[in-house]
Amino acid sequence: MYKSGYVVALLVAVLARWLVSLHKYSGAGNSPMYGDFEAQRHWMEITYHLPPQQWYFNSTNNNLLYWGLDYPPLTAYHSWLCGFVANKINPSWVALKESHGHESYAHKLFMRYTVILADVSIFFPAVVLFFAQQKLQLQDKVKMSLVVLMYPGFILIDHGHFQYNCVSLGFALFGVVWICRGFHLWGSICFSLALNYKQMELYHALPFFCYLLGWCLQKWSRIPQLFKIAVTVISTFLVCWLPFLRSKEMVLQVLNRVFPLARGLYEDKVANVWCSLSVLIKLKQMFTVDQLVFICLLSTLVCLLPSSLHLLCFPTTRNFKISLVNSSLVFFLFSFHVHEKSILIPALAVSLLVHDYPFWCVWFYFISTFSMLPLFVKDDLVMAAVATTVLHALICKACLNISSTKDDQLWDRAKTTLLKLSMIGAVLLTVASLILTPPPRYPDLFPVLVSIYSCAHFVLFLAAFHYFQFQSPSQSANVKKVQ
Amino acid sequence: MREVWQVSLAVSCIKLLLIPSYHSTDFEVHRNWLAITFSRPIEQWYYEKTSEWTLDYPPFFAWFEHFLAKVAYYFDRDMLNVENLNYASEATVLFQRLSVIVTDFILVLAVKNNCLLPLTLSHIHFQYNGFMFGILIWSMTCMLQDQFIWSALWFAVLLNFKHIYLYIAPAYFIYLLRNYCFKATGGSLQWSSFSPFRLITLGFVVIYVFALSFGPFIYLKQVPQVLSRLFPFKRGLCHAYWAPNFWALYNFVDKTLTILGSRLHLTTGTPSAVMTGGLVQEFHHVVLPSVPPVVTLLATVTSILVAMYYLWSKSKGPEDFVRAVVLCAFGSYLFGWHVHEKAILIIILPLCLLVFNKREDASIFLILSTTGHYSIFPLLFTSAETTTKILLMLAYSVFAFSSLGYIYKSNWSWQSLPLLNSLESLYIVGLIPLEVWNSAIFPFLDFSEKFPFLPLMLTSVYCSFGIIYSWIKFYKITLFDKKLKSQ
Repeated sequence: MYKSGYVVALLVAVLARWLVSLHKYSGAGNSPMYGDFEAQRHWMEITYHLPPQQWYFNSTNNNLLYWGLDYPPLTAYHSWLCGFVANKINPSWVALKESHGHESYAHKLFMRYTVILADVSIFFPAVVLFFAQQKLQLQDKVKMSLVVLMYPGFILIDHGHFQYNCVSLGFALFGVVWICRGFHLWGSICFSLALNYKQMELYHALPFFCYLLGWCLQKWSRIPQLFKIAVTVISTFLVCWLPFLRSKEMVLQVLNRVFPLARGLYEDKVANVWCSLSVLIKLKQMFTVDQLVFICLLSTLVCLLPSSLHLLCFPTTRNFKISLVNSSLVFFLFSFHVHEKSILIPALAVSLLVHDYPFWCVWFYFISTFSMLPLFVKDDLVMAAVATTVLHALICKACLNISSTKDDQLWDRAKTTLLKLSMIGAVLLTVASLILTPPPRYPDLFPVLVSIYSCAHFVLFLAAFHYFQFQSPSQSANVKKVQ
Repeated sequence: MREVWQVSLAVSCIKLLLIPSYHSTDFEVHRNWLAITFSRPIEQWYYEKTSEWTLDYPPFFAWFEHFLAKVAYYFDRDMLNVENLNYASEATVLFQRLSVIVTDFILVLAVKNNCLLPLTLSHIHFQYNGFMFGILIWSMTCMLQDQFIWSALWFAVLLNFKHIYLYIAPAYFIYLLRNYCFKATGGSLQWSSFSPFRLITLGFVVIYVFALSFGPFIYLKQVPQVLSRLFPFKRGLCHAYWAPNFWALYNFVDKTLTILGSRLHLTTGTPSAVMTGGLVQEFHHVVLPSVPPVVTLLATVTSILVAMYYLWSKSKGPEDFVRAVVLCAFGSYLFGWHVHEKAILIIILPLCLLVFNKREDASIFLILSTTGHYSIFPLLFTSAETTTKILLMLAYSVFAFSSLGYIYKSNWSWQSLPLLNSLESLYIVGLIPLEVWNSAIFPFLDFSEKFPFLPLMLTSVYCSFGIIYSWIKFYKITLFDKKLKSQ
């Protein structure tokens, strides 16, 4: 019965994604620049028609100001593949220069199919495999997989706004799966692939590094493994970057596109510390860009130290997973030029813990979706967001045991009350931002309120997960037994 | 009970997600009716014909649209202008979809005393059928609890919303007469227990409802006009897309014989419409005799006679009533004139109520619902919706087979699906290659332009077999299964 439960769960997950696909994508109808959808289409166009050496360079055929490629090479190869297929079906979809701003019913379907295909072939197997290899009952494996797959963030951003996060997140998850099972080399390859698909995966990089290093340093006999891992990672990078290794200038140009330091501290309103602080302290006016970069770097490193060092000293898979959450949340909160969409990176890490800390994971899921509200308003995806969020809440209620049966009933009730209050606050803010018009003096009032509200929660989650990481293993085992 | 609300909320979320999806001409139909009932005085409702989609549902539905229109006013005033044909602003779409979702909650109320599975299964369908099915189930549930007057009342209300339910009226009539008007139930008929008082009460309730509905129109002396709108004489034995009933097979055999005949030079002068056309409503039979409407009426009546006799003389309880309703719906679907393929739902829904009783009923339900749902596929023909309907149907079918299989302890195996034997399983699985051919292969073939009707015909004929098979099996179980009595 539960094996078919898997099938139904996966079908429902695909169905939800397809239904969201029917909604608008980012920048629909918004000439001249449109949005992320047009960016992806444009990348298919230039990667298909131009040789790799020209992909990251400005030229008459490739105007970098019009959605220049700013992801690492693997994204470019994926775009090439899609462009190849697109050209076979209808060349006008990717015709050089003429296809700028192309919008049609069939083309939209094609693009949506590419995302679903990528999602189902990479992300879904990773999720299923992750829970399949854990010591759970079959029905719990199905439930956990469903909860993770139905997280609104993944669905709305990839299949609504339009992106291919599923590929990099899927590879990263595969990396975690193999590393937890002890296949360090395969894990390293997968994570390197993830990193070469989207540079945001750097948020996850430090825990991988610290865990592997810590593990290798535990015994002298493991030192050769360290070299093997290093060689594997470097080889993977070399293979991915092969067409761009012809000259130092080319390498620098790609790096320059992938890490654009010329942009500001933050774009739009994002739920991180700097944006929230800017309400009171005008950071952008007080410091130069270089100084801000330095401040971000310093604060990020300082906040990363505790969890990374702890992982280095105690490299267990449990610490590895929690450290992934901590590391990515720190990056999100303190680093430079963060997009609100980047919350998906911590969300993936949180998904790893959905069975161990269901309460916190559900709370995080809810707030993280809420934090992207301004984006959904811009993309006209609010209805889809509400529907998927309510649906996900129902699924979580049915599949997870949020309230624990610990002895400490008072704390349990307090937690649940806090969760409910937090959700009500979010709902009120959502309704307010949809119905009320902001006062003319503060036109961005609601996005800012949403960002600050979410940021406060994220800081709380950061504290909580740090606490969980530093809990000694015996303590957390007790907690699990009673739950 | 809380689970019921959770499930319906979840399904409503899915419906919310479906809001930007394709909407059929029914959308314009209902927009037009909103406009008519809002902008025109009541004496013109059944005379208004600016649009081709004239009001052809009974008065209660007209009143329903009237009250909806008052809310619609706040979404987009312009949709209520009768002249605005095919007006479909975003607000209009939003309003219509939301009103369906909200009124569907009536279905939830009806089913909350019942089980979860029928709720999930019946929630997938669109139109305003949701709340009307709710009323139907409510009425049948009352009957199952021996609340005869309430059941009759709700059924009368339902008839005044959508008169298509006249199909199952015979079952109501017979059952109420036998089990309510005659006080001694069960066993042989005792004429002495006939209660005129009860008959009069029933009659009074029904007439009261009809009076409420038709009252204004009786006063306006418009009853003939209303009736002519309600029962228009539709051309053609079959709808443009042949609903998978007996006549679809009849048409198919006729077509095949015609082709064979012309190849073998046995028939003279093939009508041009035979090979190339098919979406034509008036289908002239060439080899087999043409079928006038009266024949379909006779066929329908004949098909339900045995069931009615059984209900009158041998029924032992309200469950037989449900079976009779299903058989009435079957008969009118299989043999009726100009049947719409959506009518399959009237068979499937009451069958839902029997699904937990007997293994055989669950088995028939699985065959019928899978085939029936697939037969509605041609209604949604746009590319985006193809993926939606395939995913929905796959998810639903796997869920239905698994849960019923789990309840009756029947498992999936290489040879058969849960609760089905090998042949039946083969038939159901055969739907997959059929769909692949229809959606993925046929559109890209060269002769798809010449014979656009081919996929529709294949679907119709293939499904007819499944539906007729379900009908025969269900009849057999109803009449002959001794075990039914002992449960």
